[in-house]
Amino acid sequence: MPDISVATIATIVAAASPLVFAVVGETITEKAGVVNLSLDGSMLLSAMVGFAVAFTTGSVTLGFAAAALVSALIALIVAFASIELRLNQIAVGFVLTLLGANLSAFLGQDYVRKPGPYITSMEIPVLSGIPGLGPVLFDQNPVVYASLILVAVSMWFMFNTRRGLELQAVGERPEAAFARGIPVNRLRYVYTVLGGALVGIGGAAFSLDVKAGWSDGHIANYGWIALAIVIFGGWHPGRAALGCYLFGLLQVMALKLQPSLPNLSQVLPILPFPLMIATLVVVNLPAVRRLAARSRVFGRLFQGEPPGALGRAFWRE
Amino acid sequence: MALELRGIRKRFGSVVANDGISLRIEAGEIHGLLGENGAGKSTLVKILSGFLTADEGEVELRGQRLDLRSPREAIAAGIGILHQEPLVFLPFTAVDNFIAGAPGGLRLRRAEARAALLRVCAEFGFEIDPDAVASTLTIGERQQLEIARLIWLGARILIFDEPTTAISEAQRQRLFATLRRLAADGMSVIFVSHKLEEVADLCERVTVLQHGHVAGERTLPVPAEELVTLMFGRAVEAGTRPEPVLGAPRLRLDGVSARETSASINDVTLAVARGEVIGIAGLEGAGQRVLLRAIAGQVPAAGRITLDGTDVTGADYRARLAAGVHYMPADRIGEGLVPGLTITEHVALTAEHGGATIDWAEAEREAARRIEQYAIRGRPDSVPESLSGGNQQRLLLALMPPVPSVVLMEHPTRGLDVESAAWVWKQLLERRQHGTSYVFASSDLEELMTYSDRILVCFAGRIIGEVPGARTSVQELGLLIGGVAA
Amino acid sequence: MNRALEALRAATPRLLAVPVALAVGLVLLWVADAPPLETVRHLLQGSLGGQQRIGDTLMVWAPLALACAALILTFTAGLWNIGVEGQIIAGAIAASWVARELSAPPAVVLSAMLAAGALGGGAWAGLLGVLNVRGGVHEIFGGLGLTFVATGAVIYLVLGPWKRPGIASTSGTEPFDAAAWFPTLGALRVSPLAVGLGVLAVVAVYLVLRGTRFGLRLRATGQGRAAAARLGIPTDRYLMYAFLLSGAIAGVAGAVLVGAQHHKLVPSVSGGYGFLGILVVLLAGFRMAWAAPIALFFAMIASGGVQLQLRLDLHSSLGGVFQGVLVLSVLLAGGWQALRARRREAAARA
Repeated sequence: MPDISVATIATIVAAASPLVFAVVGETITEKAGVVNLSLDGSMLLSAMVGFAVAFTTGSVTLGFAAAALVSALIALIVAFASIELRLNQIAVGFVLTLLGANLSAFLGQDYVRKPGPYITSMEIPVLSGIPGLGPVLFDQNPVVYASLILVAVSMWFMFNTRRGLELQAVGERPEAAFARGIPVNRLRYVYTVLGGALVGIGGAAFSLDVKAGWSDGHIANYGWIALAIVIFGGWHPGRAALGCYLFGLLQVMALKLQPSLPNLSQVLPILPFPLMIATLVVVNLPAVRRLAARSRVFGRLFQGEPPGALGRAFWRE
Repeated sequence: MALELRGIRKRFGSVVANDGISLRIEAGEIHGLLGENGAGKSTLVKILSGFLTADEGEVELRGQRLDLRSPREAIAAGIGILHQEPLVFLPFTAVDNFIAGAPGGLRLRRAEARAALLRVCAEFGFEIDPDAVASTLTIGERQQLEIARLIWLGARILIFDEPTTAISEAQRQRLFATLRRLAADGMSVIFVSHKLEEVADLCERVTVLQHGHVAGERTLPVPAEELVTLMFGRAVEAGTRPEPVLGAPRLRLDGVSARETSASINDVTLAVARGEVIGIAGLEGAGQRVLLRAIAGQVPAAGRITLDGTDVTGADYRARLAAGVHYMPADRIGEGLVPGLTITEHVALTAEHGGATIDWAEAEREAARRIEQYAIRGRPDSVPESLSGGNQQRLLLALMPPVPSVVLMEHPTRGLDVESAAWVWKQLLERRQHGTSYVFASSDLEELMTYSDRILVCFAGRIIGEVPGARTSVQELGLLIGGVAA
Repeated sequence: MNRALEALRAATPRLLAVPVALAVGLVLLWVADAPPLETVRHLLQGSLGGQQRIGDTLMVWAPLALACAALILTFTAGLWNIGVEGQIIAGAIAASWVARELSAPPAVVLSAMLAAGALGGGAWAGLLGVLNVRGGVHEIFGGLGLTFVATGAVIYLVLGPWKRPGIASTSGTEPFDAAAWFPTLGALRVSPLAVGLGVLAVVAVYLVLRGTRFGLRLRATGQGRAAAARLGIPTDRYLMYAFLLSGAIAGVAGAVLVGAQHHKLVPSVSGGYGFLGILVVLLAGFRMAWAAPIALFFAMIASGGVQLQLRLDLHSSLGGVFQGVLVLSVLLAGGWQALRARRREAAARA
């Protein structure tokens, strides 16, 4: 077993931060009941836009803002198509994901393999000296700090605030939420767009940090992997973030195992997908369902049920 | 403090659900709302709670006009509704269900909410574990949770829509004690029900709806017969008809019980003869639908079901279909006909013979034949969604095999005009000569009395009475339907 | 006459969507500094100019048509078979195995490859079907997951057991023996077998859906599952049939791709044909008769796009952008039309 040092963990956390943004963003959107299948295309397009804007203006911040805007716009289309037009969310999201990928390749030609600005590290003094945790949590760049804060904030928001409870209600049983005076569709718009913006930041975090620059196929399938992690994480931001770090660990292991197990190592990054399928199967097993209903601890651990109204549009009769 | 409704009118297409309803409810009063299916109770209640907006009419509270355009406004006005199946969030804990949607600051003060929940529960004798997941609570407990929530939110007018359908006797007693307590505290309670005894037990005044308008308002106590007359209208004379010649028993049920999510049927023992027509009366949720579906094989059942001497209890739906058990559901488009498929395609689909390929010319000819035979107003290339309800029913009939053994029907003439209804029954009864038996559920008493050889009445999941179709009366049936056993 | 008018009115928003897509295309061309008319000219020339080019376009059409046929089968049953891409890969793997292991005259090898492709794709779809029908796993997530698992399998094979001797490279396995190459027409690159299979699949699916009892039952399952079950159709079984047949056809597409296009197994063997097929089928309103010509149109864009890259330095993704915009516009237009119809109805009732 190759040794995983503190430095490696720090790298994992850093490398996974873009994915964390995307996964948390999509978790929020899906928790509200909307499936934004355009994730992969959105990430690619926003990564490219983020880099392009940063390259042109020299400002990394503007790059991030532009990326968030682009992705939020795509999410808005998904929301509009599903809420107002009552179109199939899968169909619209699917078309947008291919479109986003192609657009990113087409518009990004001029920026391929050009060196550009990127986020620089920002070490927090004193705290970074803590053995073990220090370098992992406090010697990173602002994007990584933001991702960690995002996970904490989103968990707190979703499970400890009034608005967060409404978010869950809207995705779980919109009829009941409506009966309580909660504005279902308005909230769905808000959270879909918000989730989209976070996905955009995740995309920019790739091209402006983890894999600085832009090229064809820059972010290999990360959007699809994010979708798988959302499911594997049981639509819980904290668990989903853990899934991202787990994925990062798999990638590192793949690298380290390359010399000894060359074939297997290439395949490790695929693992989120069978894990996602396994999650969906296990959660549906009647035995698991019964146990989860009876034991609260078991239920919390194996909570893998999608939000009750996921993918279903809502309108009052 | 009075809640007053004036001239409430609501239309759905050509159906007038509420036709100028006016009533008045005082503070501290338990007011019953009685009526059979389709009388307009649930529409009225949805208008009061903001789910629907009335086309015409006003709602006034303490003299102030209310604009109930969405549940939000209703909640703000202090109107709370408890649905038959409480709208709770199943994966949430009781506490989270309690506070979801309630106003307040950003932070969730769960400790406070937990204390408030326990306090309200203690006051009313509810026993709910705040940290229990709602899916583990019984329907009765979920009701209690919702009541607690509405009280905590400050509701002063509480509407209970058929609350006793799915709860135990003990829970029902507690519910009634709660309602009396609420009224004593000055709240107005509207108790929507079709169960005469419960209404008589609980309510001080009762409004009876019939076909969308107020048939009458009474201060209780009042004899049950009077209420029945108000609910069902004038007595209808059962027409004279010759005694049917029935054959040997065809369908036998022995201690059959079955349940679906919201209704159940228990311990039914019944023998249906060849050529016999059995009508099942009862209001929604009483169990008729479950019974029909259990016989059809759509719902697993305990007990024994025998068809023509063969035990079919273990046979699945398709096996029973092959044996001649034909099920015609009330949901004509959802369960009866395939949307988007033309009449010709339906005919081809149900053709008894035929190879792997379809002879479309022949199918179209056959479709045209049946359209004419059953007087369906449509073309062979019409899709079911484009047909009127009556024509959909004719199509369902047209797709039935020529000589089924048992035909199970839910509301066979719902939505049909008098002529079409009579014509449908003529077609059905013609097959009696070949030994086809019929079991049908209906809420139309006249239909039940005109066509059934025997009428069974379902109430709260049991058959509480059986009467001969030709020699019963609206009074007798109405009492049974309302739960007043003979 | 009336019905023709009705059909035209129903199709209007979709037809209007085409100029919208063209407009967007023009904007993109302007962004890329490319003259529109010349672009179209090069596109047409690149896809249809001369026998070789027409052949190349047909070689793009063939696997795409197969993918569309597969997708239409599952869509008819009411299923979103996003896993079609994975089924293509599974078929490609199976066909490659035959190509590598079997030494026999070409006719035998090719037949075996096609059979293997069908079996591989069918089995992969069958797995998805079991997960969906028995395991309650939504076919979209299951399909995506299995697609990536199949991708992983290819990578493993190409870099591992089946790697080129000496170098393990993502450029693929060792090319197949000549016996496993689909024969071409004269000096052209087009393989009549591949194109023939595409035509066969399109015609077969069309005929099955329109003229057989099986097809009718499949349609009933997709349009009204509860009613279909009530009428006596074993819907669960039909869903499985849909998966299996669809996977088999997709698997044949995989066999075509390794046998006629790549002549070896490469990681990107499915080439996005599955996903592109979904776009085509969406645009075709799930109708086979429309899907085949639309697939040809998309094939022209894809194959002509190479010319655009060479002559006008236009990135090949432009074609994909146009395709995406077209489908999106049509979908949104359709939704818009439904919205207006609903609003009109509500106003009429009030």
